[in-house]
Amino acid sequence: MNRFAAILGRDLRLAVRQGVDSLMVVAFFVLAVVLFPFGVGPEPGVLARIAPGVIWVAALLAAMLSLERLFQADHEDGSLELMALEPVALESVVLAKVAAHWLTTGLPLIVAAPLLAILLNLPVEGFAVLLLALLLGTPTLSLIGAVGAALILGARRGGVLLSLLVLPLFIPVLIFGAAAVEASLGGFPARPHLLILAALLLAALPLCTWAAAGALRQGLE
Amino acid sequence: MAPSSSLHRFANPARFLRLAAVVQPWAAGLTIAALIAGLYLGLIASPGDYQQGETVRIMYIHVPSAWMALFCYTNMALASAVALIWRHPLADVIAKATAPIGACFTFLALVTGSLWGKPMWGTWWVWDARLTSVLILFFLYLGYMALYNAFDDATRGARAAAVLALVGVVNVPIIKFSVDWWNTLHQPASVVKLDGPAIHPSMLWPLLLMALAFTTYYVWVLLLRVRAELIGRRVRAIRLRQTQVR
Repeated sequence: MNRFAAILGRDLRLAVRQGVDSLMVVAFFVLAVVLFPFGVGPEPGVLARIAPGVIWVAALLAAMLSLERLFQADHEDGSLELMALEPVALESVVLAKVAAHWLTTGLPLIVAAPLLAILLNLPVEGFAVLLLALLLGTPTLSLIGAVGAALILGARRGGVLLSLLVLPLFIPVLIFGAAAVEASLGGFPARPHLLILAALLLAALPLCTWAAAGALRQGLE
Repeated sequence: MAPSSSLHRFANPARFLRLAAVVQPWAAGLTIAALIAGLYLGLIASPGDYQQGETVRIMYIHVPSAWMALFCYTNMALASAVALIWRHPLADVIAKATAPIGACFTFLALVTGSLWGKPMWGTWWVWDARLTSVLILFFLYLGYMALYNAFDDATRGARAAAVLALVGVVNVPIIKFSVDWWNTLHQPASVVKLDGPAIHPSMLWPLLLMALAFTTYYVWVLLLRVRAELIGRRVRAIRLRQTQVR
Protein backbone atom coordinates (compact mmCIF):
# COMPACT_ATOMS: atom_id res chain seq x y z
CA MET A 1 0.00 0.00 0.00
CA ASN A 2 2.90 2.29 0.81
CA ARG A 3 4.48 1.68 -2.56
CA PHE A 4 1.13 2.17 -4.25
CA ALA A 5 0.74 5.59 -2.61
CA ALA A 6 4.35 6.50 -3.38
CA ILE A 7 4.02 5.74 -7.11
CA LEU A 8 0.62 7.41 -7.30
CA GLY A 9 1.99 10.49 -5.57
CA ARG A 10 5.03 10.60 -7.82
CA ASP A 11 2.97 10.35 -11.00
CA LEU A 12 0.55 13.01 -9.80
CA ARG A 13 3.43 15.34 -8.89
CA LEU A 14 4.97 14.76 -12.31
CA ALA A 15 1.64 15.52 -13.99
CA VAL A 16 1.14 18.70 -11.97
CA ARG A 17 4.62 19.99 -12.70
CA GLN A 18 4.25 19.25 -16.42
CA GLY A 19 0.72 20.70 -16.10
CA VAL A 20 0.25 21.47 -19.79
CA ASP A 21 0.21 17.79 -20.76
CA SER A 22 -3.05 16.84 -19.08
CA LEU A 23 -4.62 20.13 -20.09
CA MET A 24 -3.81 19.29 -23.70
CA VAL A 25 -5.92 16.15 -23.44
CA VAL A 26 -8.89 18.20 -22.26
CA ALA A 27 -8.25 20.72 -25.03
CA PHE A 28 -8.31 17.88 -27.56
CA PHE A 29 -11.55 16.60 -26.04
CA VAL A 30 -13.21 20.02 -26.32
CA LEU A 31 -11.91 20.65 -29.84
CA ALA A 32 -12.97 17.25 -31.13
CA VAL A 33 -16.52 17.80 -29.85
CA VAL A 34 -16.64 21.38 -31.15
CA LEU A 35 -15.86 20.10 -34.66
CA PHE A 36 -19.19 18.26 -34.86
CA PRO A 37 -21.52 21.28 -35.07
CA PHE A 38 -19.46 22.39 -38.09
CA GLY A 39 -19.57 18.94 -39.63
CA VAL A 40 -23.26 18.08 -39.20
CA GLY A 41 -24.69 21.61 -39.06
CA PRO A 42 -25.73 23.69 -36.03
CA GLU A 43 -29.36 22.51 -35.81
CA PRO A 44 -30.17 22.14 -32.07
CA GLY A 45 -32.33 19.05 -32.57
CA VAL A 46 -29.67 17.17 -34.51
CA LEU A 47 -26.95 18.12 -32.03
CA ALA A 48 -29.04 17.05 -29.04
CA ARG A 49 -29.71 13.74 -30.76
CA ILE A 50 -26.02 12.94 -31.37
CA ALA A 51 -24.63 14.61 -28.20
CA PRO A 52 -24.26 11.51 -25.97
CA GLY A 53 -22.45 9.53 -28.66
CA VAL A 54 -20.21 12.42 -29.73
CA ILE A 55 -19.14 13.20 -26.16
CA TRP A 56 -18.40 9.53 -25.50
CA VAL A 57 -16.41 9.01 -28.70
CA ALA A 58 -14.40 12.16 -28.04
CA ALA A 59 -13.73 11.04 -24.45
CA LEU A 60 -12.58 7.65 -25.78
CA LEU A 61 -10.15 9.24 -28.23
CA ALA A 62 -8.87 11.73 -25.67
CA ALA A 63 -8.25 8.99 -23.10
CA MET A 64 -6.41 6.95 -25.74
CA LEU A 65 -4.26 9.88 -26.79
CA SER A 66 -2.55 10.07 -23.41
CA LEU A 67 -2.15 6.31 -22.96
CA GLU A 68 0.98 5.95 -25.06
CA ARG A 69 3.05 7.72 -22.40
CA LEU A 70 1.60 5.66 -19.53
CA PHE A 71 4.60 3.36 -19.21
CA GLN A 72 6.85 4.65 -21.98
CA ALA A 73 8.67 7.41 -20.08
CA ASP A 74 9.42 5.07 -17.17
CA HIS A 75 10.47 2.37 -19.61
CA GLU A 76 12.90 4.65 -21.40
CA ASP A 77 14.70 5.97 -18.31
CA GLY A 78 14.77 2.54 -16.65
CA SER A 79 12.64 3.35 -13.61
CA LEU A 80 10.09 0.76 -14.71
CA GLU A 81 12.71 -1.96 -14.33
CA LEU A 82 13.52 -0.70 -10.84
CA MET A 83 9.83 -0.81 -9.96
CA ALA A 84 9.66 -4.37 -11.27
CA LEU A 85 12.59 -5.31 -9.02
CA GLU A 86 10.78 -4.09 -5.90
CA PRO A 87 9.53 -6.82 -3.59
CA VAL A 88 5.91 -5.88 -4.33
CA ALA A 89 3.68 -7.29 -7.04
CA LEU A 90 3.97 -5.51 -10.39
CA GLU A 91 0.16 -5.42 -10.34
CA SER A 92 0.18 -2.76 -7.63
CA VAL A 93 2.54 -0.63 -9.73
CA VAL A 94 0.16 -0.97 -12.68
CA LEU A 95 -2.82 -0.08 -10.51
CA ALA A 96 -1.07 3.00 -9.15
CA LYS A 97 -0.15 4.20 -12.65
CA VAL A 98 -3.70 3.57 -13.91
CA ALA A 99 -5.12 5.50 -10.95
CA ALA A 100 -2.76 8.38 -11.70
CA HIS A 101 -3.74 8.28 -15.39
CA TRP A 102 -7.41 8.41 -14.54
CA LEU A 103 -6.97 11.27 -12.06
CA THR A 104 -4.98 13.31 -14.58
CA THR A 105 -7.04 12.61 -17.73
CA GLY A 106 -10.33 10.87 -16.87
CA LEU A 107 -11.34 13.30 -14.14
CA PRO A 108 -10.61 16.49 -16.17
CA LEU A 109 -12.66 15.01 -19.03
CA ILE A 110 -15.61 14.51 -16.68
CA VAL A 111 -15.25 18.09 -15.42
CA ALA A 112 -15.25 19.40 -19.01
CA ALA A 113 -18.18 17.21 -20.12
CA PRO A 114 -21.08 19.41 -18.81
CA LEU A 115 -19.72 22.38 -20.76
CA LEU A 116 -19.69 20.32 -23.94
CA ALA A 117 -23.16 18.99 -23.18
CA ILE A 118 -24.40 22.59 -23.07
CA LEU A 119 -22.62 23.40 -26.36
CA LEU A 120 -24.29 20.40 -27.99
CA ASN A 121 -27.70 21.29 -26.60
CA LEU A 122 -28.11 18.12 -24.57
CA PRO A 123 -31.35 18.31 -22.50
CA VAL A 124 -30.70 18.97 -18.82
CA GLU A 125 -32.29 15.65 -17.75
CA GLY A 126 -29.35 13.82 -19.34
CA PHE A 127 -26.58 15.65 -17.47
CA ALA A 128 -26.55 13.61 -14.26
CA VAL A 129 -26.61 10.30 -16.11
CA LEU A 130 -23.88 11.46 -18.51
CA LEU A 131 -21.60 12.36 -15.62
CA LEU A 132 -22.38 9.16 -13.74
CA ALA A 133 -21.75 7.07 -16.87
CA LEU A 134 -18.45 8.86 -17.50
CA LEU A 135 -17.51 8.36 -13.85
CA LEU A 136 -18.08 4.61 -14.19
CA GLY A 137 -16.76 4.26 -17.74
CA THR A 138 -13.54 6.27 -17.87
CA PRO A 139 -11.69 4.19 -15.21
CA THR A 140 -12.44 1.13 -17.36
CA LEU A 141 -10.92 2.93 -20.35
CA SER A 142 -7.75 3.64 -18.35
CA LEU A 143 -7.57 -0.01 -17.23
CA ILE A 144 -8.05 -1.48 -20.73
CA GLY A 145 -5.67 1.12 -22.11
CA ALA A 146 -2.99 0.08 -19.61
CA VAL A 147 -2.90 -3.37 -21.22
CA GLY A 148 -2.37 -1.83 -24.64
CA ALA A 149 0.22 0.62 -23.32
CA ALA A 150 2.15 -2.24 -21.71
CA LEU A 151 2.01 -4.32 -24.90
CA ILE A 152 3.44 -1.65 -27.20
CA LEU A 153 6.52 -0.87 -25.07
CA GLY A 154 9.47 -0.76 -27.45
CA ALA A 155 7.38 -1.12 -30.60
CA ARG A 156 7.90 0.88 -33.76
CA ARG A 157 5.13 3.48 -34.20
CA GLY A 158 3.53 2.55 -30.89
CA GLY A 159 0.85 5.23 -30.98
CA VAL A 160 -0.93 4.04 -34.11
CA LEU A 161 -0.59 0.44 -32.99
CA LEU A 162 -2.08 1.32 -29.60
CA SER A 163 -5.24 2.66 -31.22
CA LEU A 164 -5.62 -0.52 -33.27
CA LEU A 165 -5.29 -2.66 -30.13
CA VAL A 166 -7.30 -0.61 -27.68
CA LEU A 167 -10.19 0.97 -29.61
CA PRO A 168 -11.97 -2.33 -30.42
CA LEU A 169 -11.83 -3.21 -26.73
CA PHE A 170 -13.30 0.19 -25.81
CA ILE A 171 -16.48 -0.49 -27.81
CA PRO A 172 -18.50 -2.14 -24.97
CA VAL A 173 -17.92 0.88 -22.71
CA LEU A 174 -18.96 3.20 -25.53
CA ILE A 175 -22.14 1.22 -26.24
CA PHE A 176 -23.42 1.16 -22.66
CA GLY A 177 -22.15 4.65 -21.81
CA ALA A 178 -24.01 6.26 -24.70
CA ALA A 179 -27.03 4.00 -24.21
CA ALA A 180 -27.39 5.09 -20.57
CA VAL A 181 -27.70 8.76 -21.58
CA GLU A 182 -30.03 7.96 -24.48
CA ALA A 183 -32.24 5.90 -22.18
CA SER A 184 -32.56 8.70 -19.64
CA LEU A 185 -33.45 11.16 -22.43
CA GLY A 186 -36.05 8.78 -23.85
CA GLY A 187 -37.72 8.34 -20.48
CA PHE A 188 -36.41 4.84 -19.86
CA PRO A 189 -34.48 3.81 -16.74
CA ALA A 190 -30.72 4.32 -17.17
CA ARG A 191 -30.00 2.03 -14.23
CA PRO A 192 -29.44 -1.23 -16.20
CA HIS A 193 -26.87 0.43 -18.46
CA LEU A 194 -25.10 2.03 -15.51
CA LEU A 195 -25.05 -1.33 -13.72
CA ILE A 196 -23.43 -2.95 -16.77
CA LEU A 197 -20.84 -0.14 -16.85
CA ALA A 198 -20.13 -0.81 -13.17
CA ALA A 199 -19.85 -4.54 -13.91
CA LEU A 200 -17.38 -3.82 -16.74
CA LEU A 201 -15.31 -1.73 -14.33
CA LEU A 202 -15.34 -4.44 -11.67
CA ALA A 203 -14.31 -7.08 -14.21
CA ALA A 204 -11.62 -4.89 -15.76
CA LEU A 205 -10.12 -4.00 -12.37
CA PRO A 206 -8.52 -7.39 -11.64
CA LEU A 207 -8.31 -8.75 -15.21
CA CYS A 208 -6.70 -5.75 -16.90
CA THR A 209 -4.34 -5.13 -13.99
CA TRP A 210 -3.22 -8.72 -14.20
CA ALA A 211 -2.89 -8.69 -18.01
CA ALA A 212 -1.01 -5.38 -18.03
CA ALA A 213 1.42 -6.62 -15.36
CA GLY A 214 1.93 -9.80 -17.39
CA ALA A 215 2.57 -7.77 -20.53
CA LEU A 216 5.07 -5.58 -18.65
CA ARG A 217 6.93 -8.65 -17.38
CA GLN A 218 7.18 -9.96 -20.95
CA GLY A 219 8.41 -6.59 -22.13
CA LEU A 220 11.03 -6.19 -19.44
CA GLU A 221 12.72 -9.55 -19.90
CA MET B 1 7.17 -36.18 -16.00
CA ALA B 2 5.11 -38.80 -17.83
CA PRO B 3 2.20 -36.65 -19.09
CA SER B 4 4.36 -33.71 -20.08
CA SER B 5 6.87 -35.89 -21.88
CA SER B 6 4.11 -37.50 -23.95
CA LEU B 7 2.85 -34.03 -24.85
CA HIS B 8 6.29 -32.72 -25.58
CA ARG B 9 7.03 -35.67 -27.84
CA PHE B 10 5.00 -33.94 -30.58
CA ALA B 11 6.44 -30.55 -29.78
CA ASN B 12 9.91 -31.33 -31.04
CA PRO B 13 10.11 -29.39 -34.31
CA ALA B 14 11.91 -32.17 -36.21
CA ARG B 15 9.35 -34.76 -35.17
CA PHE B 16 6.57 -32.28 -35.89
CA LEU B 17 7.92 -31.71 -39.40
CA ARG B 18 7.93 -35.46 -40.10
CA LEU B 19 4.38 -35.80 -38.75
CA ALA B 20 3.23 -32.75 -40.71
CA ALA B 21 4.65 -34.18 -43.94
CA VAL B 22 2.48 -37.28 -43.43
CA VAL B 23 -0.71 -35.48 -42.35
CA GLN B 24 -0.66 -32.65 -44.88
CA PRO B 25 -1.56 -34.60 -48.07
CA TRP B 26 -4.39 -36.35 -46.21
CA ALA B 27 -5.76 -33.02 -45.00
CA ALA B 28 -5.51 -31.66 -48.54
CA GLY B 29 -7.29 -34.68 -50.05
CA LEU B 30 -10.02 -34.62 -47.42
CA THR B 31 -10.54 -30.88 -47.97
CA ILE B 32 -11.01 -31.31 -51.72
CA ALA B 33 -13.31 -34.34 -51.35
CA ALA B 34 -15.48 -32.72 -48.67
CA LEU B 35 -15.56 -29.43 -50.58
CA ILE B 36 -16.78 -31.13 -53.78
CA ALA B 37 -19.39 -33.20 -51.94
CA GLY B 38 -20.51 -30.26 -49.78
CA LEU B 39 -20.77 -27.86 -52.72
CA TYR B 40 -22.69 -30.43 -54.80
CA LEU B 41 -25.17 -31.11 -52.00
CA GLY B 42 -25.38 -27.47 -51.02
CA LEU B 43 -25.67 -25.82 -54.44
CA ILE B 44 -27.40 -28.50 -56.53
CA ALA B 45 -28.93 -31.37 -54.58
CA SER B 46 -30.48 -29.51 -51.62
CA PRO B 47 -33.80 -27.65 -51.80
CA GLY B 48 -34.14 -23.90 -51.50
CA ASP B 49 -35.63 -22.57 -48.28
CA TYR B 50 -39.40 -21.96 -48.24
CA GLN B 51 -38.80 -18.44 -46.93
CA GLN B 52 -35.30 -17.52 -48.04
CA GLY B 53 -35.41 -19.16 -51.47
CA GLU B 54 -32.05 -19.73 -53.13
CA THR B 55 -30.18 -17.24 -50.90
CA VAL B 56 -30.12 -19.90 -48.18
CA ARG B 57 -27.21 -21.45 -50.08
CA ILE B 58 -25.00 -18.56 -48.90
CA MET B 59 -25.35 -20.14 -45.46
CA TYR B 60 -23.27 -23.16 -46.54
CA ILE B 61 -20.30 -20.77 -46.73
CA HIS B 62 -21.32 -18.26 -44.07
CA VAL B 63 -21.97 -20.58 -41.13
CA PRO B 64 -18.79 -22.70 -41.47
CA SER B 65 -16.66 -19.55 -41.90
CA ALA B 66 -18.16 -18.07 -38.74
CA TRP B 67 -17.49 -21.31 -36.86
CA MET B 68 -13.93 -21.35 -38.14
CA ALA B 69 -13.41 -17.70 -37.17
CA LEU B 70 -14.12 -18.64 -33.55
CA PHE B 71 -12.31 -21.98 -33.76
CA CYS B 72 -9.16 -20.34 -35.15
CA TYR B 73 -9.22 -17.67 -32.47
CA THR B 74 -9.61 -20.26 -29.72
CA ASN B 75 -6.75 -22.24 -31.21
CA MET B 76 -4.59 -19.15 -31.46
CA ALA B 77 -5.30 -18.25 -27.83
CA LEU B 78 -4.56 -21.81 -26.64
CA ALA B 79 -1.30 -21.90 -28.59
CA SER B 80 -0.42 -18.46 -27.21
CA ALA B 81 -1.06 -19.68 -23.65
CA VAL B 82 1.18 -22.70 -24.23
CA ALA B 83 3.85 -20.45 -25.74
CA LEU B 84 3.72 -18.08 -22.76
CA ILE B 85 3.60 -20.71 -20.02
CA TRP B 86 5.99 -23.38 -21.35
CA ARG B 87 8.00 -21.07 -23.64
CA HIS B 88 7.32 -23.41 -26.50
CA PRO B 89 8.66 -22.16 -29.86
CA LEU B 90 6.37 -24.45 -31.88
CA ALA B 91 3.21 -23.21 -30.12
CA ASP B 92 4.32 -19.71 -30.97
CA VAL B 93 4.70 -20.60 -34.64
CA ILE B 94 1.25 -22.22 -34.65
CA ALA B 95 -0.36 -19.14 -33.10
CA LYS B 96 1.35 -16.89 -35.62
CA ALA B 97 0.37 -19.12 -38.55
CA THR B 98 -3.26 -19.32 -37.38
CA ALA B 99 -3.86 -15.56 -37.25
CA PRO B 100 -4.08 -14.76 -40.99
CA ILE B 101 -6.20 -17.86 -41.66
CA GLY B 102 -8.61 -16.89 -38.89
CA ALA B 103 -8.72 -13.31 -40.14
CA CYS B 104 -9.64 -14.55 -43.63
CA PHE B 105 -12.44 -16.76 -42.25
CA THR B 106 -13.76 -13.82 -40.20
CA PHE B 107 -13.67 -11.58 -43.26
CA LEU B 108 -15.47 -14.26 -45.30
CA ALA B 109 -18.14 -14.60 -42.60
CA LEU B 110 -18.69 -10.83 -42.54
CA VAL B 111 -18.83 -10.51 -46.34
CA THR B 112 -21.14 -13.49 -46.94
CA GLY B 113 -23.35 -12.36 -44.07
CA SER B 114 -23.58 -8.95 -45.67
CA LEU B 115 -24.42 -10.45 -49.08
CA TRP B 116 -27.15 -12.53 -47.45
CA GLY B 117 -28.42 -9.62 -45.36
CA LYS B 118 -29.13 -7.37 -48.36
CA PRO B 119 -31.93 -9.51 -49.86
CA MET B 120 -33.15 -10.91 -46.51
CA TRP B 121 -32.98 -7.99 -44.07
CA GLY B 122 -32.94 -5.27 -46.75
CA THR B 123 -29.62 -3.88 -45.56
CA TRP B 124 -25.94 -4.75 -45.95
CA TRP B 125 -25.18 -4.19 -42.30
CA VAL B 126 -26.96 -3.74 -38.99
CA TRP B 127 -25.29 -2.78 -35.74
CA ASP B 128 -26.57 -5.68 -33.71
CA ALA B 129 -24.61 -7.54 -31.07
CA ARG B 130 -23.56 -10.53 -33.19
CA LEU B 131 -22.29 -8.50 -36.13
CA THR B 132 -20.53 -5.98 -33.93
CA SER B 133 -18.76 -8.60 -31.83
CA VAL B 134 -17.58 -10.44 -34.96
CA LEU B 135 -16.28 -7.15 -36.33
CA ILE B 136 -14.35 -6.71 -33.07
CA LEU B 137 -12.97 -10.22 -33.56
CA PHE B 138 -11.72 -9.17 -36.99
CA PHE B 139 -9.99 -6.13 -35.47
CA LEU B 140 -8.45 -8.37 -32.80
CA TYR B 141 -6.93 -10.55 -35.53
CA LEU B 142 -5.58 -7.44 -37.28
CA GLY B 143 -4.22 -6.08 -34.00
CA TYR B 144 -2.55 -9.42 -33.25
CA MET B 145 -0.79 -9.47 -36.63
CA ALA B 146 0.21 -5.80 -36.39
CA LEU B 147 1.58 -6.24 -32.87
CA TYR B 148 3.46 -9.39 -33.85
CA ASN B 149 5.37 -7.51 -36.54
CA ALA B 150 5.80 -4.21 -34.68
CA PHE B 151 9.04 -5.06 -32.88
CA ASP B 152 12.60 -5.33 -34.10
CA ASP B 153 13.05 -8.18 -31.63
CA ALA B 154 10.89 -11.03 -32.95
CA THR B 155 10.50 -12.83 -29.60
CA ARG B 156 9.25 -9.64 -27.93
CA GLY B 157 6.64 -9.31 -30.68
CA ALA B 158 5.59 -12.93 -30.24
CA ARG B 159 5.14 -12.54 -26.47
CA ALA B 160 3.23 -9.24 -26.70
CA ALA B 161 0.95 -10.70 -29.38
CA ALA B 162 0.37 -13.79 -27.24
CA VAL B 163 -0.77 -11.63 -24.30
CA LEU B 164 -3.11 -9.74 -26.64
CA ALA B 165 -4.56 -13.02 -27.94
CA LEU B 166 -5.34 -14.06 -24.36
CA VAL B 167 -6.92 -10.69 -23.55
CA GLY B 168 -9.13 -11.00 -26.63
CA VAL B 169 -10.53 -14.33 -25.43
CA VAL B 170 -13.23 -12.38 -23.53
CA ASN B 171 -14.79 -11.69 -26.92
CA VAL B 172 -15.28 -15.38 -27.83
CA PRO B 173 -18.12 -16.17 -25.35
CA ILE B 174 -19.64 -12.76 -26.14
CA ILE B 175 -19.88 -13.72 -29.84
CA LYS B 176 -21.26 -17.17 -29.04
CA PHE B 177 -23.97 -15.96 -26.67
CA SER B 178 -24.68 -12.54 -28.22
CA VAL B 179 -27.78 -13.91 -29.96
CA ASP B 180 -29.16 -15.24 -26.66
CA TRP B 181 -28.29 -12.28 -24.41
CA TRP B 182 -29.51 -9.55 -26.71
CA ASN B 183 -32.54 -9.29 -28.93
CA THR B 184 -30.79 -9.29 -32.28
CA LEU B 185 -31.71 -9.44 -35.93
CA HIS B 186 -29.25 -12.31 -36.31
CA GLN B 187 -31.00 -15.63 -35.73
CA PRO B 188 -30.00 -17.79 -32.72
CA ALA B 189 -28.09 -21.06 -33.00
CA SER B 190 -29.95 -23.78 -34.87
CA VAL B 191 -27.36 -26.56 -35.28
CA VAL B 192 -25.70 -26.93 -31.87
CA LYS B 193 -28.68 -27.15 -29.54
CA LEU B 194 -29.52 -29.33 -26.56
CA ASP B 195 -32.63 -30.77 -28.20
CA GLY B 196 -30.96 -31.57 -31.50
CA PRO B 197 -30.50 -29.47 -34.62
CA ALA B 198 -33.49 -27.51 -35.93
CA ILE B 199 -32.48 -28.04 -39.54
CA HIS B 200 -33.79 -30.58 -42.02
CA PRO B 201 -31.20 -33.29 -42.86
CA SER B 202 -31.15 -32.25 -46.55
CA MET B 203 -29.68 -28.93 -45.41
CA LEU B 204 -27.75 -30.19 -42.39
CA TRP B 205 -25.60 -32.59 -44.43
CA PRO B 206 -24.13 -30.06 -46.87
CA LEU B 207 -23.56 -27.71 -43.92
CA LEU B 208 -21.64 -30.33 -41.95
CA LEU B 209 -19.64 -31.37 -45.03
CA MET B 210 -18.66 -27.77 -45.67
CA ALA B 211 -17.70 -27.40 -41.99
CA LEU B 212 -15.50 -30.49 -42.34
CA ALA B 213 -13.96 -29.11 -45.52
CA PHE B 214 -13.21 -25.78 -43.84
CA THR B 215 -11.66 -27.49 -40.81
CA THR B 216 -9.39 -29.74 -42.87
CA TYR B 217 -8.54 -26.74 -45.04
CA TYR B 218 -7.43 -24.96 -41.89
CA VAL B 219 -5.26 -27.97 -40.89
CA TRP B 220 -3.80 -28.13 -44.40
CA VAL B 221 -2.90 -24.44 -44.66
CA LEU B 222 -1.75 -24.32 -41.04
CA LEU B 223 0.70 -27.18 -41.62
CA LEU B 224 1.87 -25.51 -44.83
CA ARG B 225 2.48 -22.22 -43.04
CA VAL B 226 4.15 -23.81 -40.00
CA ARG B 227 6.48 -25.84 -42.21
CA ALA B 228 7.35 -22.78 -44.26
CA GLU B 229 8.05 -20.80 -41.10
CA LEU B 230 10.26 -23.54 -39.60
CA ILE B 231 12.18 -23.96 -42.85
CA GLY B 232 12.54 -20.20 -43.15
CA ARG B 233 14.00 -20.01 -39.65
CA ARG B 234 16.44 -22.79 -40.49
CA VAL B 235 17.52 -21.01 -43.68
CA ARG B 236 18.08 -17.83 -41.70
CA ALA B 237 20.16 -19.72 -39.12
CA ILE B 238 22.30 -21.34 -41.86
CA ARG B 239 22.85 -17.99 -43.62
CA LEU B 240 23.85 -16.42 -40.31
CA ARG B 241 26.37 -19.21 -39.69
CA GLN B 242 27.81 -18.86 -43.20
CA THR B 243 28.36 -15.14 -42.84
CA GLN B 244 30.07 -15.74 -39.51
CA VAL B 245 32.43 -18.35 -41.03
CA ARG B 246 33.49 -15.95 -43.76
